[in-house]
This record gives sequence, structure tokens and C-alpha cells, in this order.
Amino acid sequence: MSVLVYIEHAEGKVKKTSLEAVSFANALAVKTGEGDVVALALGSIDQAELAAVGKAGAVKVLQVSDARLDAGVIQAHATAVAQAFEKAGASTVVLAKSSLGDAVAARLSIKIKAGLVSNVVELPNTDGGYLVKRSIYTGKAFAETSLTTVNKILAVKKNAVDLKTDGGDAAVEALEVSIPDSDFASKIVSTERATGEVLLPEADIVVSGGRGMKGPENWGMIEDLAKTLGAATGCSKPVSDMGWRPHHEHVGQTGVKVAPSLYIAIGISGAIQHLAGVNSSKCIVVINKDPEAPFFKAADYGIVGDAFEVVPKLNEALKAEL
Amino acid sequence: MKILVCITHVPDTTSKIQFTADNTKFDTTGVQFIIGPYDDYALARAVELRDQTSGKLTVLNVGESETEPTLRKALAIGADEAIRVNASPKDSFFVAEQIAHYAKEGGYDLILMGRESIDFNGGMVHGMVGEILGIPSFSPVMKLDLDGTSVTMSREIEGGKEVVEASLPLIAGCQEPIAEWKIPNMRGIMSARTKPLNVVEPVSEETQAVAVKYELPPAKGAVKLIDKDNVSELVKLLKNEAKVL
Repeated sequence: MSVLVYIEHAEGKVKKTSLEAVSFANALAVKTGEGDVVALALGSIDQAELAAVGKAGAVKVLQVSDARLDAGVIQAHATAVAQAFEKAGASTVVLAKSSLGDAVAARLSIKIKAGLVSNVVELPNTDGGYLVKRSIYTGKAFAETSLTTVNKILAVKKNAVDLKTDGGDAAVEALEVSIPDSDFASKIVSTERATGEVLLPEADIVVSGGRGMKGPENWGMIEDLAKTLGAATGCSKPVSDMGWRPHHEHVGQTGVKVAPSLYIAIGISGAIQHLAGVNSSKCIVVINKDPEAPFFKAADYGIVGDAFEVVPKLNEALKAEL
Repeated sequence: MKILVCITHVPDTTSKIQFTADNTKFDTTGVQFIIGPYDDYALARAVELRDQTSGKLTVLNVGESETEPTLRKALAIGADEAIRVNASPKDSFFVAEQIAHYAKEGGYDLILMGRESIDFNGGMVHGMVGEILGIPSFSPVMKLDLDGTSVTMSREIEGGKEVVEASLPLIAGCQEPIAEWKIPNMRGIMSARTKPLNVVEPVSEETQAVAVKYELPPAKGAVKLIDKDNVSELVKLLKNEAKVL
């Protein structure tokens, strides 16, 4: 028996959220006695980078180095994972919740007849059953979900476990899979991705601006602060609706849900729909000139003041300290 | 062109989330139910595509009789007919099996729904239906254009998007800005009353992952306010107290 982890990579690096999934699987295997943690990487990626997945808790990495899998072709990925699942003799698949991970997991659950739980926030409770705690109502509540199938898939939310870093190197093995051409019938013809920046859904620190920023021309100070902190930038819905910032930066109920260690909200009043996207953050700082802004009720720390005055000062203070 | 849109019947986004019966049931007291916001985007785009192709648009919900007003609203927005699968939606797999069965029976070219329901946030039903039916599935889709049987989509990925080309039939989980939400007009509301709403029975009872108990997150402590002229105090707190720097 083993636990199989579907790992994603971008720009030659295994994603941090995937490494967290490996650590989750490692803790799961220790708890349930499910045997080894085997990671699965699809597409072209450097072997040394894959060996380092061992530090997070995998003993082996299976690599399907078919270049057609470099792009996230959903059906082909699902077929490849299903075949790796059989070959590894696995009973559980763990993966990080992501745009591609979700799409692949859903198809995989049908292929391998596995019950699937998404947004998993902690290790399952296996005392006399298999209860998985997941985040629901966009972070406003949790549900204990009873998984009753033999095969299982857990799509893990960011920060569900601490990243393990003390494992050894993993052995990298090539894996052959046979994927029908029909799985490649849909074509990804182009990809636009912000490069060299911290990606919002995966960021440890997020700096977001709202209508209080008064216009897109004032985003320089948000970006400066983000740069100092190594943070991703986000925004509220009105800001992306007005076209001040791109849609993929919209944080909230119908936008990106983030779960960083630190979320800094600048000039955002804190509508309930925005809070839904940030309530999994570990620590929330709110900067707003309106002391009655509802966001203060959801914050850990707050500064009542004009963003145009406070943010540059905060940036200087951080630069001095970091 | 036959289009199926699957909608959820969910608490309004401003609802207070509470539970009853020893935390095993959602408390519906004072809660207003709506078409899932993501489903609403899917429906809006489907109305446009139906008009573009002079096709037929069916809307489907898996739910008990209390979801009928939500289905009527979808009819008022522009769907031609509605199907209610008469069962409480027990888990993603259960819902996917019902949808796959009735989708196959109806022979739809395009199936749209929201990227996820806003109650359970699973985001899995479209992929499961796609796999059961053996057709491609895509999510979250922000743009979807039709040219004959060719489909061009824009799918959101972390920090960006990818453009995908595929052919009908297919299934997509949608999100903004695929279309603007449509508000029903008086004519739509009047005509919705007489459009067909067929109630059908579930085809399978199998479940895999049922929620058995709920809990609310621990209450947040009071905010610690820092003077705007003393921002270095905030930096210290973030570093030493919150330990997030």
C-alpha cells in the first residue's frame, strides 16, 4: 500500500502547495500505516528538483516525462494519475487544491472509484471511521465528512499541515503510461501567466487594495509594500470590476480565496463577500481611514488612518526591520 | 443546439451561517436562498448562446420541492424548461450521477454550471459528470465562445489564464466574467409561470463522502489598534507577537 501524491510544477520548480501535499501525505501515512508516500510528476522537470521532493516526505517520485503533459491537459493528466495509482498499488491520492488539481481530481475520482473530499484542512480522524474535516461556506464553517469508499482522494487546502523539510532525497523512477490520443483532443493554445511574481493563490503574504486607493495610478505604493514583503498583490471586487486591476487579482467570494500567513487590506471596507475570500488567513491587518469599516471586526491588527500617509511609512518601517 | 445548465439552490452570500440539531443541519432560519452566483454566470452565458444558436436551454437542479422557486427564477431569466431531480443533494458524487443520467437522456451539446457551489465549495461535480459521460470538462472557465461545434475557452490558472480549444459536446464550470448576470424582467417572470418544470426521480442512491457534522470557526478576538503615527509598533507586533514576518 502507498499514498500517491499528484504534484504540480511551474517554471522548473515543484509548487510549494504540492510540497505541502507531500508533507500531508507523509503525516497521513504515519497515522494510518498506509506505507510509503509516492509522488507523481507529469511532464518535463529536472530530476534533481524531483529528488528534493523527498525532503517534504516522499520516498519515491514517479516521473512520466511525456512532454505532451507539460501543459495541464485535464483528461490526459487524469488518465496518467489513474494508471500511476494502479501501478503504485495506492489506496489514497493526496493533492493540493488548485485550478488543475481540482479538475484532475474530479475525473480521477470516477476513474478509480474513489470518494473525494476537497478543501481538506487537517489530517482525517480514523478512530472507527474516516472523517475528514473540510472548509465549507467559503471558510465560514467546517464540515466533518464521512468517506466510505476503499479508495480515497483528498484535495488539501493551503496551510493544512506544516511543510516538512527534514526528509532525505527521493528516488526518481521513470513511469510509462499509455494515454489515448482522444485525451489530447482539447488543446491549450496559449498561456498567460504573471511570471517572476509571487502568485496570489499560493502566496504567504498578500497585500490588497480597495476603492480607498482612489485609482489604478496609486497602486505603486501597494506594489512597493508587496515587494518589501515578498508578497502577492490582490484587490477587492469593485477594483477589478472597474478595471483598475486584472480579474485574477480579485480576492473574495467569487474571486480568488487566499490563505496566507499575513493579509494586509488597504482601503477595503470589508464587505462580507470580500471577507469570505480572506477568512482563512492566519493574521489580518487592516488599514482604513474609516474607523467604522466592518473589516476592523475581522482584523487582528488595525490602523485607522489615510492609506496615502500610512502605507509609505509602513513600507519604510518594514525595510528598516527586515 | 441543446444546452443544459445545472444550478444550485444556496444561501445568499450575506447569510449568517449557523447550524441546528446538534450541529448536524444547516439553520435555514431567516436565510434567503438564491441561484448559486457562479451558476448564475453560467446561466447568463447559456441564455446568450441559446439566442445565438436558436437552440433550447434546459435548467436542472438536484433538490427537494423547496428549490422550485429558484428553478422558476432561472426560467424567468431565460431558460426554456426546467428539470428538478427530486432528492436532497447528498454529496458531489450523488449529484454528478443524477446529472450525468439526465444529461445523457437529454442529449445535450453543451453542459454549463458554476465552478463550485457556494455552500460546500467542492467544485467537483462538472469533472465527475464529464468523466461519467466520457466528454471533456473544464473549470474555472471565464470566457466561452462557440463557432459551430468548435469551442474557445479561457480557463483561469494560478496567476493567469490559458486559452483552450475544444469541440462539443463538453462540460464547463463557469465563473465571472463569462457574462453579466441577467435580472429577470416582467415578461420573463410572467412566462416562467407556464414554462414546463418536470420533476424526475433520482436514478441512484449511492454516496461516497457525506457531511455528518458541522462547526463554526473559533470567534475572532478584538482587533488591536495601532496609532497611525507609530507604524513601527505594528512591524514589531507582526514579528514578535503574530510571528508572521
